[in-house]
Amino acid sequence: MKSEFTQPIGKISNINGQCIPLIGNDTDTDRIIPARFLKCVNFDSLGESVFEDDRKTLKGKHPFDLEENKNASILIVNSNFGCGSSREHAPQALMRWGIKAIIGESFADIFYSNCIAIGIPCFTLPKKSIEEMQNYCNNQFLFLEIDLKKSLAKSKDLNFNLEIRESSRKMFLTGEWDATSTLLDNENLIENKFTQLPYIKFNTNLL
Amino acid sequence: MSQDTLFDKVWDLHKVSSLPGGSDQIFIGLHLIHEVTSPQAFGALKDKKLKVKFPERTVATVDHIVPTDNQSRPFKDNLAEQMIETLEKNCLEHKIRFFNIGSGNQGIVHVVAPELGLTQPGMTIACGDSHTSTHGAFGSIAFGIGTSQVRDVLATQTLAMNKLKVRQIWCDNKLSKGVYAKDLVLHIINKLGVKAGVGFAYEFAGPAIHELSMEERMTICNMSIEGGARCGYINPDEKTFSYIKNKLYAPKNEHWDRALRWWESLKSNENSIYDDVIKLDASKVEPTVTWGITPGQSISINQQIPLLDELSPNDKLVAEEAYEYMSFKPGQLIKDTPVDVCFIGSCTNGRISDLRVAAKVLKGKKVSKNVKAFAVPGSEKVATKAKKEGLDQIFKDSGFEWREPGCSMCLAMNSDKLIGNQVSASSSNRNFKGRQGSPSGRTLLMSPAMVAAAAINGKVSDVREFIN
Repeated sequence: MKSEFTQPIGKISNINGQCIPLIGNDTDTDRIIPARFLKCVNFDSLGESVFEDDRKTLKGKHPFDLEENKNASILIVNSNFGCGSSREHAPQALMRWGIKAIIGESFADIFYSNCIAIGIPCFTLPKKSIEEMQNYCNNQFLFLEIDLKKSLAKSKDLNFNLEIRESSRKMFLTGEWDATSTLLDNENLIENKFTQLPYIKFNTNLL
Repeated sequence: MSQDTLFDKVWDLHKVSSLPGGSDQIFIGLHLIHEVTSPQAFGALKDKKLKVKFPERTVATVDHIVPTDNQSRPFKDNLAEQMIETLEKNCLEHKIRFFNIGSGNQGIVHVVAPELGLTQPGMTIACGDSHTSTHGAFGSIAFGIGTSQVRDVLATQTLAMNKLKVRQIWCDNKLSKGVYAKDLVLHIINKLGVKAGVGFAYEFAGPAIHELSMEERMTICNMSIEGGARCGYINPDEKTFSYIKNKLYAPKNEHWDRALRWWESLKSNENSIYDDVIKLDASKVEPTVTWGITPGQSISINQQIPLLDELSPNDKLVAEEAYEYMSFKPGQLIKDTPVDVCFIGSCTNGRISDLRVAAKVLKGKKVSKNVKAFAVPGSEKVATKAKKEGLDQIFKDSGFEWREPGCSMCLAMNSDKLIGNQVSASSSNRNFKGRQGSPSGRTLLMSPAMVAAAAINGKVSDVREFIN
């Protein structure tokens, strides 16, 4: 794990880094960060425990333990990555280990929103392209330059047109991916909506 | 794009604005919190110098970390004690209603909110927990969120979200004897796959769904997320309304009549448009058991664990991983697999009807001496009711341990854990690697009745042989 962790802030338009391939479908968030590490009131020390049980099982051969991957920051995964529990601890642990972007065949919904909310862009590519990347990484380093404006990933040998949800892409480019202040801008609309909802009046005993 | 479904109506009603990026700002009618995913959100509010906008629209309880053997304070586990203290402090400071241990209303958040009448049709409900989809059983639109989104709901009572597509899952006929809601939902997830629901809300409908009790409907919606759908719901009907009536937070007097009229109007129209429709025959479903490491890897009790060749190319990779982790051979029968631990509980199957069904199987029988079995009621209310009906005694007489309410071994954030590579027969929702607290522990998901049958025989069994 890298010691110089800093939380992303503001506009995110370019991410350059070495790729780390992780092969497997349906990788759930219990595997990304086992539940026992959720006994905490902040996220600070999660980075070192990312994939703890998988890493122990593979005795040093897990991609997150390989010396050659220690500076990697772009995670390459297969389909339905991050399924299961809603724990934001999973992307927080990946981020604290050093992951800045994820490229995969597909992502689970809650995991995807959690990544966007903390500043980790998630891109999708067809299975064939993901496998091409993962195979490439078998023999050599894959350094990607990701350009969010063009949704493009470039390297020495390979180029990919990345897919990303348009709303997420715009949020990163404008720096408005930390949603709280955007949502608070509509304070009057929120108050109006509150008074219009029928059930607010039914549930007088909640007040 | 879907039109005139309950999902569309509720979404449109709660839409506050269209956000610059293209997502919608959605008002959240009810926010539920617990000790695991909220402390960092309160921390963020403090950092941003923000207040909780509508404290009365957030309700808290404690469930994941509570011990189920001895709940006296301070908890033996310091970290668990620290988490409950943090929640107590945050609720006090922000004037949030908190159902603590001993209040009579504590329990698993998805068991507690419906039994208090907090969960109602037409609401949007969010909680930092993926099984929030449970509340969709009442015709609310309910989904799990992460901690940053918990922060957003606390600060603004709204969320930035992209509207989901709607898939109707139409279940014809009805379930046969000895087959339960859990079997049906495991069957659905197996047929559609664990990622089919990504980007979708699932509307469960049809005669077989209509036939289900509210608690069974909660089991179905609870596991939508295991099929990839963040949100699952069922159109409200007479059963929904009579379940809610007279609950603590249910609308009262003239409000009740107005609520009923409004709830009636929310149902999906007969000519609603769906993004997708799937039909299946519920009468064909048999008692179902998972054999692998995803909730989609399940088979009927009399089937063999699938051979690699029988699986689609996409499923092969995870199947190979599953054979190895579970130490199962392709082609092996699941029936008669020895089990070490039997667990009845969780937000999927820890309600009173689940305990009744299991107790019926256990009555007059003994748990196999090779098995450690325990039952964990989903809430203090469930526990009280069970004791009143004498269910706790039936469990204890059979050799089950009777515990205090909590999430227990569903996710093992407490002292209830598998040891080594033990095999559990579990009424919970996830059979992921390591899910039940041991990095090599193995979980077989099944209905509470099937767990009871497995406990008696010490091995995976067909509950129909017990109830005929």
